[in-house]
Amino acid sequence: MLPGLLQQARKHGVLCRVPRLTAAIRGFASAQSEMTVRDALNSALDEELARDDKVYILGEEVGEYQGAYKITRGLLQKYGADRVKDTPITEAGFTGIAVGSAFAGLKPVCEFMTWNFAMQAIDQIINSAAKTLYMSAGKISCPIVFRGPNGAAAGVAAQHSQCFAAWYSSVPGLKVLAPYDSEDARGLLKAAIRDPDPVVFLENEIMYGQAFPVNAQVLDKDFTLPIGKAKVMREGKHVTLVSFSKMVGYCLKAADHLSKEGVHCEVINLRTIKPLDKATLLASIKKTHKMVTVEEGWPQCGVGSEISALMQELAFDELDAPVLRVTGAEVPMPYAANLEAAALPQVDDIIKAVKKVLG
Amino acid sequence: MQTMLKQHSGFRAAQPGRQVVKVRAVAAPLKTATSAPAKAPLVTPEVAKDLYYDMVLGREFEEMCAQMYYRGKMFGFVHLYSGQEAVSSGVIRLLRPDDHVVSTYRDHVHALSKGVSAREVMAELFGKKTGCCRGQGGSMHMFSAKHNVLGGYAFIGEGIPVGLGAAFQSKYRRDVLGEETSDSVTCSFFGDGTCNVGQFYESLNMAALYKLPHIFVVENNLWAIGMSHLRATSRTSGDETPYIYKKGPAFGMPGVLVDGMDVLKVRQVAQEAVERARRGEGPTLIEAETYRFRGHSLADPDELRSKEEKARYQARDPIPQLKKYMLEHGLATEAEIKALEDKVAEVVEDSVKFADESPKPERGQLLENVFADPRGFGISEDGRYRYQQPGFSSGTAIVS
Repeated sequence: MLPGLLQQARKHGVLCRVPRLTAAIRGFASAQSEMTVRDALNSALDEELARDDKVYILGEEVGEYQGAYKITRGLLQKYGADRVKDTPITEAGFTGIAVGSAFAGLKPVCEFMTWNFAMQAIDQIINSAAKTLYMSAGKISCPIVFRGPNGAAAGVAAQHSQCFAAWYSSVPGLKVLAPYDSEDARGLLKAAIRDPDPVVFLENEIMYGQAFPVNAQVLDKDFTLPIGKAKVMREGKHVTLVSFSKMVGYCLKAADHLSKEGVHCEVINLRTIKPLDKATLLASIKKTHKMVTVEEGWPQCGVGSEISALMQELAFDELDAPVLRVTGAEVPMPYAANLEAAALPQVDDIIKAVKKVLG
Repeated sequence: MQTMLKQHSGFRAAQPGRQVVKVRAVAAPLKTATSAPAKAPLVTPEVAKDLYYDMVLGREFEEMCAQMYYRGKMFGFVHLYSGQEAVSSGVIRLLRPDDHVVSTYRDHVHALSKGVSAREVMAELFGKKTGCCRGQGGSMHMFSAKHNVLGGYAFIGEGIPVGLGAAFQSKYRRDVLGEETSDSVTCSFFGDGTCNVGQFYESLNMAALYKLPHIFVVENNLWAIGMSHLRATSRTSGDETPYIYKKGPAFGMPGVLVDGMDVLKVRQVAQEAVERARRGEGPTLIEAETYRFRGHSLADPDELRSKEEKARYQARDPIPQLKKYMLEHGLATEAEIKALEDKVAEVVEDSVKFADESPKPERGQLLENVFADPRGFGISEDGRYRYQQPGFSSGTAIVS
């Protein structure tokens, strides 16, 4: 199957970046100790499809193409076209179908090729999925997962690079998750599929090919992570770095670099954007008294804005400095590679912010 | 299919100067009264009485809503269905309890026809906690899990894909979960204005592609607020007026035009469509020509529709039409009809009394039913889940 896939990849061209696919294959081959985020998501979907026959997947290219980013690779062959459905390019239509089927008792996993395209379906996500349990006073629930890659990739320009974490996390009725590594990907996706509420699952295309160590517990078919709990990736006492998705990796790199200079950062991986884990954030601020938030999205009304507001409301006396936000530049994403790099937070930006907050 | 495509009577002539095509009533005698007897009735007495009761209930309920609105008992956006009862009764009364109905904001009567009690709908409109959605939905968002009413959507067009989803579920149960008897259908109701919304076209495509047991019911009342259908919708090449039903075959499903002021014709057409869907033959698009006697909503001054047009449609009121039919065919006596009308009056009065006397929702209800899993509200500062905090759901609107 894998050589055949490579052939298909070459035939279909752009979306299937062959070097990454090769890396994925390598990652897959040594699945005992390392697993790519792609395989983590794939295995989570596989296990949940096997566990509950009300779970099904729909979206563009999820079936015969094996997934635009190969997240659903092999699932059509295993579960058939009734459970892994290729849709036409009709976001509002297929999202509505998924939502309606969830109202009627099924458990859809609705894939958006990227979260940018979900803007064509945002009416169904918010007005139908998020609000119906409330409008029906608890009678009609929506156990759906909306998933897909979010945020910037590489050189895909303004209409393919937006981060939607802030928008969706402001809506009551939605749960918003953002995995960073393979453990997050498996545990959060399985939890999302088993959750009775609509979940917005924000993946990241750059992270798909990255491999992370996984242990037997993570590989267990009933492994889930709790929704609403952040993870302290690295402990430290001088400053708290709060982030989600790809930026967690950048924070860890910045923390590594800074530790050589004697500055020890506590790195928090939010995992859930909504609801935010206030307890973990507060416990950390009480330790370090300084915080820097890091996100790819735009500054105004971003995730960092919310965290900053919360920290000054709930822990004003604990703060030795204002909460600083490292965000993407307030521009639509430019195409030129150097401008794109300048529009997104880099490890150096995080280091600079930490030094600023330390005074 | 041939029969369905020809089922076509009663033409709108909304613009002056156009030729008015005579309306064919439900069962016009073929010759004068002295000649051959009228044709055999299309329905049994039970069905006729059920349809009559349902239409009168719809009418009286909506008229009562108007009264209550102007007395301040009801508020916000209220869109009444008066005049269109033949479509709701004609289609919904032949559905089963496990069939689904999806509608737009003009949904009170769809909910009533499907079986939601008048008490619950009225209480919902009054914003009381005994309403079908405990006062949390309102006029435009009628939901009932028991009667499979999936809303109630304010954005026209957004309900149709949801309806397709319920139909998808029915097919999935049979094809994947192995429930061989799963053949429930879904009917989505929407208007002429919706037929220019993108989601309508996406839905036609997908319903045909996936062969979903779904019936598209267009209640073409010629007006979308103040926008005439003739000004808003382009015409198929060669046609003088726009026809929505013709869009069905363009996507691979039958399109049927029916006189939506004639409940028995609507029922006949709906029956064929529902049976097709149950047999697994896929969706149907029904365009019912109908008219709303009142404005778009109770806030609409309704100044753009001409008096002549309104009078023309008032003359085709579906309720007296059915009454006449029942009497002529011996399906009901005057006394029986009066009894039905009295029953409706009683039910509607009772629903108002019930709604009036019902309590408003408590403050604490504000935060209920946002999530099926209340842990969705997150973990609070002290590490416990917020919903576990004492007094959580008695919070005020300022919750951080």
